[in-house]
Amino acid sequence: MSLDALTDIARDTIRQALHSGATDAECTISEGSEFGANVRMGELETLKEAGSRGAGLRVLIGKKTGSSYTSDMTPDGIRQMVKAAVELAALTTEDPHVALPDESELGAILGDLKLFYESVAALPAAQKIDAAKRAEAAALSFNPCITKSEGGSFDSSTSCRVFANSRGFAGAYQSTWCSLTAVPVATRGDTMERDYWSTLARDFSGLETPEFVGRTAAERAVRRLGAVKVETTKVPVVFEPRVARSLLGNLFEAVEGRSIYRQASFLANKLGEKIADERITLIDDGTMPGLFGSQPFDDEGVPTRRTMVIEKGVLKAYLLNTYTARKLDMKTTGNASRGITGNAGIGHGNFYIEPGTKSPSEIIADIKNGFYVTELIGSGVNTVTGDYSRGAAGVWIRNGELAFPVSEVTIASTLQEMLNGLGEIGSDLEFRGSISAPTIMIGEMTIAGR
Amino acid sequence: MALKKRVLRATWYSESIYMSFSDSFFAARFGISRRDLENYLSEALSRGGDYADLYFEYIATSSIGIDESIVKSATQGVTLGVGVRVIAGERTGYAYAGDLSPEKIKHAAQVAAMIAAGPSKVESTPLDDGPRRDLYPVLNAPNEASFAERVELVQRADKAARAADSRVFQVQATYADSLRQILVATSDGTVSHDRQPMARLSVFALAKGPDGIAQQGHSGGGGRYELSWFLNERTPEYFAKEAVRQAIVQLGAVDAPAGENVVVLGPGWPGVLLHEAVGHGLEADFNRKGVSAFSGRIGQQVASPLCTVVDDGTIGGRRGSINVDDEGNLTQRNVLIENGILRGYLQDKLSSRITGSTATGSGRRESYEHIPMPRMTNTFMLAGESDPADIIKSVPRGLYCASFAGGQVDITSGNFVFSASESYLIEDGKLTRPVKNATLIGNGPEALKYVSMVGNDLKLDEGVGICGKEGQSVPVGVGIPTVRIDRMTVGGTA
Repeated sequence: MSLDALTDIARDTIRQALHSGATDAECTISEGSEFGANVRMGELETLKEAGSRGAGLRVLIGKKTGSSYTSDMTPDGIRQMVKAAVELAALTTEDPHVALPDESELGAILGDLKLFYESVAALPAAQKIDAAKRAEAAALSFNPCITKSEGGSFDSSTSCRVFANSRGFAGAYQSTWCSLTAVPVATRGDTMERDYWSTLARDFSGLETPEFVGRTAAERAVRRLGAVKVETTKVPVVFEPRVARSLLGNLFEAVEGRSIYRQASFLANKLGEKIADERITLIDDGTMPGLFGSQPFDDEGVPTRRTMVIEKGVLKAYLLNTYTARKLDMKTTGNASRGITGNAGIGHGNFYIEPGTKSPSEIIADIKNGFYVTELIGSGVNTVTGDYSRGAAGVWIRNGELAFPVSEVTIASTLQEMLNGLGEIGSDLEFRGSISAPTIMIGEMTIAGR
Repeated sequence: MALKKRVLRATWYSESIYMSFSDSFFAARFGISRRDLENYLSEALSRGGDYADLYFEYIATSSIGIDESIVKSATQGVTLGVGVRVIAGERTGYAYAGDLSPEKIKHAAQVAAMIAAGPSKVESTPLDDGPRRDLYPVLNAPNEASFAERVELVQRADKAARAADSRVFQVQATYADSLRQILVATSDGTVSHDRQPMARLSVFALAKGPDGIAQQGHSGGGGRYELSWFLNERTPEYFAKEAVRQAIVQLGAVDAPAGENVVVLGPGWPGVLLHEAVGHGLEADFNRKGVSAFSGRIGQQVASPLCTVVDDGTIGGRRGSINVDDEGNLTQRNVLIENGILRGYLQDKLSSRITGSTATGSGRRESYEHIPMPRMTNTFMLAGESDPADIIKSVPRGLYCASFAGGQVDITSGNFVFSASESYLIEDGKLTRPVKNATLIGNGPEALKYVSMVGNDLKLDEGVGICGKEGQSVPVGVGIPTVRIDRMTVGGTA
């Protein structure tokens, strides 16, 4: 359906909701199509192509709310959805802080955010499959150790999102993305190691070449061969950008409004305080053209913006939607996020840490004995207390050089100590997704191994 | 602290044939006939291919959330669709449609058919009813109960958690249910259908100690039961008290040790160890490709002789149980490891076709938008002979883990982690101080070789598990008796 047709359905849904007794309403419609091709050992293995859509509604009846959704967008399906939301609202409890954004807060940022490229849908399947084949082939031919593979894959998506509310907001935008991934397996003796490399862009021309993707993935897998478990010790730890991003993910959890008003974050009640090394500046920006955390308005119809979260080590702002802003007696930061239904949660835009001046190799060169982390697994981060403990793999640093691969160890500390005990921030910031980080070195963490 | 040793009695329902295709949800509600299904299947195979299937799905869900004693959210909705798969050799073509109009289904069949080339090799087979049984005889699905009854569950949980201890300052409770209707029609000539109810209640509590530091506790459970299960078997008060108990225990926690330790796992949810250390590595897709640390190891010793591990999708009412898998095969009890010897893999249709293995009823998918994969159901270790108290007494110094928050595995290297959410130091054979959350790490084919004692207290988890693989989530269960592992790396700081 066209954006206009979907917007009409959203507006009509709002009208029906108001007629059925709602005092306010919000409707989200999303429609998209996906393509996925996976190639393994040179042969096409899976091919998937399809589209789907859904609508969601949230109504307010005074200070009570109810929500519903449907994949049936016929007039009958929409009527059922309206009835369901209104019915549920009667059963919830009055919440004095529930409200839509003020009319003055609604709107969209102007200008082309460069989120949509027609070329993504137009690109022939054969060309997408070919890219996946070339990526895998580059990995397989990189080194004789690479004899197996989980394949090369190309995925792409075209989607649109419509949002309307009873305060007069109606907006819509389209977006596309495509990605190319290689997952080779390196074998030596009876041990195997797997790694991957992936490139993501709004359109085909923004992707790294299949050969680069395949080679990089293979290089990473081979580097892991022969990994050992080191002895338990305390050393400096360097997070490569790919894993440093997960650290920012942990910080996001600690600064989003819901965990703040519930006092479920170690950063609650810390606004204006110095909570990190002064070299740390953390920004959320939903307005950067072409990037993956950008959108013209958030999921409540509030324009996205740039928010300084940590400036030179001082906690400057929390990331908020309308509800959490009211709970905290603050203003929304345009970070409302939801699927297609329910109360809005909180999401980030382009969430990144400002780069430093040293290159990763300069950072490593200054370390006598340390751990360069290239993979983290598990969910051992507690943002209520800040306790941090995760499974890790990577390369041991000895006398300023990457010496030998390490796996089956953990790294542990607390987020508080990590923020204050920063070693270095690298100069290598690249925006590869909606969270981006350069290389980050933490002065000391506990490595648990043998 | 007292050790809880409540063993859940698992019930195995006998198979019974009832309700044929014509009485099924999709035939009754959408007028879909056998002839329609046969037509769609022949469309899917019109360009060749060895096999095709159709997967119809209708899901109605609802959820209710309470936070700060306010029922802040209530959501309900439906999704409906059909997925069409064509297999040609090792190739899979897949497409889906978000409604059941004949044009849309035909179009999806044509798109999926693109994977194959050449004349069809499959004789068109008339569809017969697949085998049936009922592991979850739920007359009234939870989502058919009144909303008021379900709202009351979260309100009771909130009240009980706040009353349990004055140090509690935040409580959230969420109730969620779903009723999933599926129909699978295959070019092998069978049509299977199932009605899959599910409900879950979870409670989260935050407590603050005299030092002002907050700690969290989680609890929850459910399964394929009627709503009365939350009134009779596991009440909101039960889950609330458990969440509060965990938060309070953590208030006095000391730093976890760092490095290799003797680890004792308590019964129940710590079975997540098996899910990560063994289960994923035995899924047939990884093994067909030779990329699992367990590839080519059938018949080898991969665990101590004390260990027998099964994956069983047939336990009545359990969250991980299903009558038929998402490819139309009956689920079953699969022995993965028997007395330490690796016995078998978990198969889906594609892997069993390629490797000539028998189906294990392990083909599952998140929804009609997803291609099925080999997945676990309820994975657990059978009980041994040791008294759990003797197991703890046997440890001079180590860590006792009562509960976990989850885990993850790299199936190729075999390295896995799981994150303890409630654990205690063992000193001189006694549980002493609670320790802070820490990650434990090990290697799949090695870790279970260090199992030196297995308790007689097998317990399955309460029914909260969600397993993620390649972007698809499915509900699962885990279980384990008390187990002593002589060597495992604990990721603390002390």
